[in-house]
Amino acid sequence: MEEIKGKIKVFLSRFFRKHELGDDENIFELGFVNSLFAMQLIMFLEKEFSIRVENKDMDLNNFKTINSTVSFIESKMNLVEAK
Amino acid sequence: MKIELSSEQKIIKDQFKEFTDKEIIPYAKQNDYEETVSKELICKVAEKGYLGSMIPKEYGGMGLDMVSIGILNEEIGRGCSSVRSLLTVHGMVALAILRWGDKKKRDYWLPKMAKGEVIGAFALTEPEVGSDAKSVKTNALLENNQYVLNGTKKWTTMGQIADIFLVFAQCDGKPTAFLVERSTPGFSIQPIKGLLGARASMIAELKFEDCHVPEDSIIGTVGTGLTHVALSSLDYGRYTIACGCVGLGQACLEASIRYSRKRKQFGAPLRQNQLIQKMITEMFVDIKAARLLCYNAGYLKDVGDPDSIMETWNAKYFASKIVNKISSDTVQIHGANGCCSDYPVERYFRDARINEIIEGTTQMHEVLIATNAFRNY
Repeated sequence: MEEIKGKIKVFLSRFFRKHELGDDENIFELGFVNSLFAMQLIMFLEKEFSIRVENKDMDLNNFKTINSTVSFIESKMNLVEAK
Repeated sequence: MKIELSSEQKIIKDQFKEFTDKEIIPYAKQNDYEETVSKELICKVAEKGYLGSMIPKEYGGMGLDMVSIGILNEEIGRGCSSVRSLLTVHGMVALAILRWGDKKKRDYWLPKMAKGEVIGAFALTEPEVGSDAKSVKTNALLENNQYVLNGTKKWTTMGQIADIFLVFAQCDGKPTAFLVERSTPGFSIQPIKGLLGARASMIAELKFEDCHVPEDSIIGTVGTGLTHVALSSLDYGRYTIACGCVGLGQACLEASIRYSRKRKQFGAPLRQNQLIQKMITEMFVDIKAARLLCYNAGYLKDVGDPDSIMETWNAKYFASKIVNKISSDTVQIHGANGCCSDYPVERYFRDARINEIIEGTTQMHEVLIATNAFRNY
């Protein structure tokens, strides 16, 4: 979990240079990211963790904080392992 | 670091070049004049598999890597900007279905799109809504397991001939993408003629008047139409347009070199004039720089790097700007001959202009690129 969190934090730090993002802080409510961010985040998650973000995953709650994103990745990775 | 095309990419580039020289360039003037790409030419493009260049092999496409797709769009763009625009919008729809469509839609539409049996068009822009895409007025209302679409789309490339349309509408105030078939009742298409450039792009205005589509016509989910579906399609659109600009610039350069060698003034070929040499030098270097930006964006797409999105904005911004300067200088080198349709360069000049408007104006690029720059430094 810490490894996943670390990678996500490094990626997000590119968008929050002047703000120390808390693990449960809502990324989308801070006003730092634009509409491109959502696409960049998905590309990053898919490449870094070898998952595919499906239509059913497109719930803002999955990506709104660092912790929720980590939980989402873990659930996707568990699914892959279960297969 | 290695900046070099693979041997496969070099081979395929030669094939694209040969096809463009033989099948596209001889008809480009006619396409422009008649404001249409003939069915025969589209069939030839389809027979080569190019309409499936971006579609995986499992669906009958070519399954090309993004650098090779860039090369294809560069070569076709060297021949005819309108044919290149067909590849662009068709690919934007195919990739949206591939990435955000359900299995049923992928299995049904992608093999047909790969063969060119079905042509796709991307319907985002409206008479009153351009850059501010989130404000589209077209509306979708869920009634009895069907969505009812009402609204107007404008400047839809290939709208005159497309079979399926990726249409963006507000669904409960959330931008949402719908796949709409041409034959759907309540959907009508009006050709738009008299464009400045890329005149054979067969652009149309689309009207949706109580147009009922099945509930499962949505691509992606309600509310992700813009942030995910449209933006990823537009990313591909921007990339192929940038590559097309490189090709168009190359056509200008080659025409300018040919003319400067042949044309004599003051007892010597134009090429000996240093002011002509300056224009050729700028063209030559700008095209190389734009091509490298495109290759870089394509490579980053192939490896799934999130930076590919911004690098595509950079590539499209630069390529569309330089091709306007290049085509203007090309007309200048040709003098009065450059202002007449006896030479292709007046078409190049008109075609180039379109590229600073489509898939994000130059000014929208400047806003985004500057924002990104301020964020990074």
